[in-house]
Amino acid sequence: MTDFDFNVIWSSLPFLWQGLQLSLLLTLLSIIGGIVLGTLLALARLSGIAPLAIVAATYVNLIRSVPLILVIFWFYFLVPLALGRPIGGFYSALIAFVLFEAAYYSEIMRAGIQSVKRGQVHAGQSTGLSYWQIQRYVVLPQAFRNMVPILVTQGIILFQDTSLVFVVSLRDFMTASSIVARTEGRLVEMYLFAALVYFVICFSGSMLVRSLKSRMAT
Amino acid sequence: MNYNWNWGVLFEEQYLNWLISGFGWTISVALSAWCIAIVIGSLVGVGKTVPNKIVRGICATYVEIFRNVPLLVQMFIWYFAVPEMLPEDWGRWMKRDLPNPEFVTAVVALGLYTASRIAEQVRAGIETVPPGLSAAATAHGLSTAQTYRYVLLPISFRIIVPPLTSEFLTVFKNSSLALTIGLLELTAQSQQIAEYTFQGFEAFTAATVIYVCIALVATILMQVLEKYTRIPGYVGKEA
Repeated sequence: MTDFDFNVIWSSLPFLWQGLQLSLLLTLLSIIGGIVLGTLLALARLSGIAPLAIVAATYVNLIRSVPLILVIFWFYFLVPLALGRPIGGFYSALIAFVLFEAAYYSEIMRAGIQSVKRGQVHAGQSTGLSYWQIQRYVVLPQAFRNMVPILVTQGIILFQDTSLVFVVSLRDFMTASSIVARTEGRLVEMYLFAALVYFVICFSGSMLVRSLKSRMAT
Repeated sequence: MNYNWNWGVLFEEQYLNWLISGFGWTISVALSAWCIAIVIGSLVGVGKTVPNKIVRGICATYVEIFRNVPLLVQMFIWYFAVPEMLPEDWGRWMKRDLPNPEFVTAVVALGLYTASRIAEQVRAGIETVPPGLSAAATAHGLSTAQTYRYVLLPISFRIIVPPLTSEFLTVFKNSSLALTIGLLELTAQSQQIAEYTFQGFEAFTAATVIYVCIALVATILMQVLEKYTRIPGYVGKEA
């Protein structure tokens, strides 16, 4: 058993903090993008317009059957090719995450929209609201409210997933930890520290979900 | 968009072999990890519902730790940190003599991680069994172990087959993380083909199609299982 040297963490803290900021930023932007696109996909699937519903369903099922790493590789390869110029790792990763997570968020939003009683939609129609007004003022606010705990849980999973940008060497918290681990030769300390940081953040998140759930139950 | 299409590259012997071997590793990692996950996940899930507080605490801790640390970090800890933390002889054995270290580590890491997710399903399944049933078992003079063996487990395992389907699909997707410790499974092989041939489109398409096929087959298998295990009148489609 090697002697532990936890000083290495202290001295590399600024570098690790930069990585963590990138992880959090990527998580936040992907959650926003994922929920917006996911909601649109859910609306498309429930729209009753067959071609739209089929396209959305195919997209969601396709994305849900491939691993995130493969999707990240896809977009690292595709985005520069489609745009004709490189746009940097962060944006490629962001596009991959938004498109990937949207499939999962759309399933959550679909359940949320279906949890709103039909009578609400009928009431909206009889008051003369248009389709988009009904969605905007009646259905979606309630759907969001019902799904908040699950949306947050998915956010925690997404935060854990951002560690996978390691495969394209984007400097998030995981990649930063691993760089320090290798250059300082302190694999044990750094990976245990990384685990601890992820644990504290995700565990706090799941406590938040628990309190949200109990508050909604009352 | 300038791109030279060449689907033929996928059928050149070398690259085709890479894909087949990657497919083989993906399947073996996922299925081996699934076996570990089912056994440990069931034990931990049951442990979370038993009357004994200490057992419940240990099992709850297990689930929280394995669920709240990214699988990638767990993979690295098993691969890089655990051999250093063990007594010297064991660590040396793990680093030098363990056959197929990437495969074994990936299976252990993925198995124990998936176990924490299965444990939650098992616990939820046991909790959905109406309390009247275990009360009836107690009234008949069944011990706690007998209540689990004859009443709770047979019902809850049949209830959780549908949610386990999505876990079963996830284990195949998560097996791709084995590439981070150097196991050349399907995703890694497609990436390698893309790098060697510059035919990224074809390589990633091949991997995507194979993953979709795996998901389809896995879904069909689980649906067959679901059909045979469904409890009539208990968890119908509309339940």
